[in-house]
Amino acid sequence: MTHNNLLFHIDKLSFAYRNNTVLKDIDLQLQPGKFYGLIGANGSGKSTLLELLMATLSPASGSIRYREKDLNNYSRKELATKLALVPQHFSMDFEYSVRDVVLMGRHPHIPRFASPAHHDLEAVEQAMETMDIHHLQDRPVIALSGGELQRVVMARALAQETEVLILDEATSNLDIQHTIAIMRVIRKRVDENGLTVIAAIHDLNLAAAFCDNCLVLKDGALFANAPVNKIFTTNILQSVFSVNANVDQTSGNGHPHIQFQYQ
Amino acid sequence: MTGTKQLLIIALLFFTLCAAIIAATGMGFLQIAPQEVVEILWNRILGRESSTINPTFPFVVMEVRLPRILTSALVGGGLAVAGAVFQAILLNPLADPYTLGISSGAAFGASLAIILTLFGIVIPAWFSIPVFAFIGAMATLIGVFSLASTDNKLSSNTLILSGVIIASILSAGIGFIKYLADEQVSIIIFWLMGSFVGRTWSDVFTTLLIVIPGLLFTLYFARDLNIMALGERTANTLGVESGRVKKMLLVCASLITAICVSVSGIIGFVGLIIPHLLRMILGPDNRILLPACFLGGATLLLGADTITRAWLPSEIPIGVLTSLIGGPFFCYIFRKKQLAKAS
Repeated sequence: MTHNNLLFHIDKLSFAYRNNTVLKDIDLQLQPGKFYGLIGANGSGKSTLLELLMATLSPASGSIRYREKDLNNYSRKELATKLALVPQHFSMDFEYSVRDVVLMGRHPHIPRFASPAHHDLEAVEQAMETMDIHHLQDRPVIALSGGELQRVVMARALAQETEVLILDEATSNLDIQHTIAIMRVIRKRVDENGLTVIAAIHDLNLAAAFCDNCLVLKDGALFANAPVNKIFTTNILQSVFSVNANVDQTSGNGHPHIQFQYQ
Repeated sequence: MTGTKQLLIIALLFFTLCAAIIAATGMGFLQIAPQEVVEILWNRILGRESSTINPTFPFVVMEVRLPRILTSALVGGGLAVAGAVFQAILLNPLADPYTLGISSGAAFGASLAIILTLFGIVIPAWFSIPVFAFIGAMATLIGVFSLASTDNKLSSNTLILSGVIIASILSAGIGFIKYLADEQVSIIIFWLMGSFVGRTWSDVFTTLLIVIPGLLFTLYFARDLNIMALGERTANTLGVESGRVKKMLLVCASLITAICVSVSGIIGFVGLIIPHLLRMILGPDNRILLPACFLGGATLLLGADTITRAWLPSEIPIGVLTSLIGGPFFCYIFRKKQLAKAS
């Protein structure tokens, strides 16, 4: 890949909340069309890095360029057509229907006083189809279960039709069945539509199974950025997470499998 | 999200409000038929004199009843819109215009204006009370904002908590003023209960000047408000500048509240019940909900004021009436909702 094909170009990025340094001196380049996993212990700065990538926080020093243009030079609206977020928690106190919420993903594409165009409605239909929530479309979101709700949030992000999808531990509240279903859908979008995914993931086996590359944060610094089979090694798991684990690199289609030693 | 059904309901609310204004104008000690009210209004617009109508009627309609009726309608509409906006911004369906302590600020200002005479400062009450109430409300808003600003994102919990803190300090202040007021205490108490007695055209126009632009301003941001229901972080990633929108709409809704409180005193529950009821019927889309709240709130408060003015043997303060009817009614829908959720 050539240099000017970069998606994110992060240069000497640092960030602090008041006097508390969260991220320091991060240099990172992200390519389009890949599934990046973001891993690290609690408090290692994963969420902060994601916020910075979405420009909901600004760097204390250093720069983040998106397609070689400084992130600060994009308007909110412009960014909303390029980056979509799937948060970990989602709750709503108002009785919007599932369809309304998915349609909210089209917000950046619809002019202020206009009605949704044909293409907007199509994108909504398709996103609901993909996440298998079509039968729920008229139900108020308040009445959904956690798994259904998270699928609605995913559908909303898909309807946004962005080239980047940012997942902030999007599946950590879900049971394994829904987790795998959602990850499969995303993986397919990466392979078939060239979507770029940056996903903070707690479950290391999940990261190993679905990601191309993993970014490892340790104490606010970038510890490693490499393909999954280079990341998931006994040594790295020991130094980043302080756990003992065996890694099986040979099982299922080249994705490493981690076995933690609990005792 | 918008449908023909919703637009029909808005039209229906609009005609109900017009009918209510005309009917209410005819009601009272002097009964005037609706068609006569319409004729008087029509003649006034065309600048004609009418010979067939009792000559005292135009005066009663134009100078006595209409200002009061229009003020009550505007205040009701304003409070309901402010309520809907506060609920949408604070992500709390139970918030109301008074949640942020704005009413306490206005009440403090009004009480202060009333006891000023004790210190030999004489300003006519029709001027000083609304002006002081308004200043009190705005000062409270600034106080609540600066207290909440330690939290950069102005989260709803911080705002509500700041409102509660400032409101309780202010009610202690009002208590102290009542204690000082001695003989004047009854004026303060009456004002605190809210009333539309003796409102004039100048009240109508000052309220109109804030409430209508305020309504249009909130309508401009109605879709952003919908998106903000997803939470501030997600709203930001959908291209809504939620921090900025939140601040502007809080100031706008507070201004509306301040002007309403300053012309009418404290009138509770309109800002809570109307948005709540209409949301149950129309759904939560603010583009429909906000205009519906304005029309519904106007009709409700106008109706309540007409009951105290024309039906009850002696006039009771409107704020007491709305709370007496609104409170239990609210308990009922709250309870029903909780039960529906549980089942």
